[in-house]
Amino acid sequence: MLDKIGIAKRIAKEIKDGYYVNLGIGIPTLVANYIPENIDVVLQSENGLLGMGPFPFEGEEDADIINAGKQTITMLPGSAVFDSAMSFGMIRAKKVNLTILGAMEVSENGDIANWKIPGKMVKGMGGAMDLVASAENIIVAMQHVNKAGESKLLPQCTLPLTGVNCVKKIVTELAVLDVLPGGGFKLLERAPGVSVEEIKNATAGKLIIDGDVPEMII
Amino acid sequence: MNKVVKDADVAISDIQDGMTLMLGGFGLCGLPENCIAALVRKGVKCLTCISNNAGVDDFGIGLMLKQRQVKKMISSYVGENAEFERQLLSGELEVELIPQGTLATRCMAAGYGMPAIFTPAGIGTEVAIGKEIRNFNGKDYLMELAFEADFAIVKAWKGDRLGNLVYRAMARNFNAVMATAGKITIAEVEELVEPGELDPDHIHTPGIYVHRIFQGKDYEKRIEQRTVRKII
Repeated sequence: MLDKIGIAKRIAKEIKDGYYVNLGIGIPTLVANYIPENIDVVLQSENGLLGMGPFPFEGEEDADIINAGKQTITMLPGSAVFDSAMSFGMIRAKKVNLTILGAMEVSENGDIANWKIPGKMVKGMGGAMDLVASAENIIVAMQHVNKAGESKLLPQCTLPLTGVNCVKKIVTELAVLDVLPGGGFKLLERAPGVSVEEIKNATAGKLIIDGDVPEMII
Repeated sequence: MNKVVKDADVAISDIQDGMTLMLGGFGLCGLPENCIAALVRKGVKCLTCISNNAGVDDFGIGLMLKQRQVKKMISSYVGENAEFERQLLSGELEVELIPQGTLATRCMAAGYGMPAIFTPAGIGTEVAIGKEIRNFNGKDYLMELAFEADFAIVKAWKGDRLGNLVYRAMARNFNAVMATAGKITIAEVEELVEPGELDPDHIHTPGIYVHRIFQGKDYEKRIEQRTVRKII
């Protein structure tokens, strides 16, 4: 079974040379720490930056230089700054190659719910609805089951949707799965020490197993 | 041409109860701090505020919420504010949550003279309820209307008396978009400079969009999430 860092490390392997990548808040933010050093990747922050760098050293924080999670960050050499309309313009125009975000639920046809729980204080969708509606390559980083032990990979989402038919791949503490165009979660890899049976038990939606499922290499 | 006014109190003096305001900033970054303070002093009420976020309890729009000056917030994300949550749950405050890109682009549309935009954000979700959907090239898009705001209030890094503005780093955010979108746009700047000092090629907001400008003061520029790297 993977911890959060393990999930981040496995997702980092999906990032290819030359990619522009948008990272959501939570586990996705951790992915930045594990991008292979031999590839060139530019991180987009939807509050208006291409070229997001690591956190600043103490004393070098700048209130004007923050990421979409409102954290102080740095700008790498070659960064570009723009306004919020252009930021979502480049997202809508599919210039961003990969979007990685968290989710509360994903359905077997790729619907995602990650912004609202009825009865709880709703903070808002931020940029998530724009990202999932336009991105062609969306990877979800999340736990396979919720705190109550219920599967988050479902036949249909039960929570209010963020977007429909959009998630392409899911990485959890148990497995890597593709969401097939025709519907269904195709099991690609097992986390170290996790059996196919355990993944079956944790997946409420249609799970497709084709031959031997290899253990993932991190 | 001289758009310079003395201070924030003069700049906002004709903002009336019940008006719709755009307020620039993202989180606490690039907030028009001086104008928010002046709005609190003036005590105008029943405002509709279009702003990506609602500040925190003691900073940003949070200060206006505390004085019950806001009737409605139109935002994409409103976390981190206990008073906001209290007013929302008690029904004192109306909130319309819309996708961040839709928020930005509805401002842009206003500044570009376009009545509406089409965006895929929100298709298949509750955001789409009651809205016109059009299909282009096999994909569904929501029609979203340009915002109409009585005033847009923005904060820039530098500006001149013609209203030309330059922003700094990620403080550009919604400021540059909203600056184009108000019936009247007020800009407060960290540094008011003479015409000619700003390189025409580097101006982010052309002065034609800006009606009033003033030299801001006492900027706190608060950091919401101070995160640092360890020196190894």
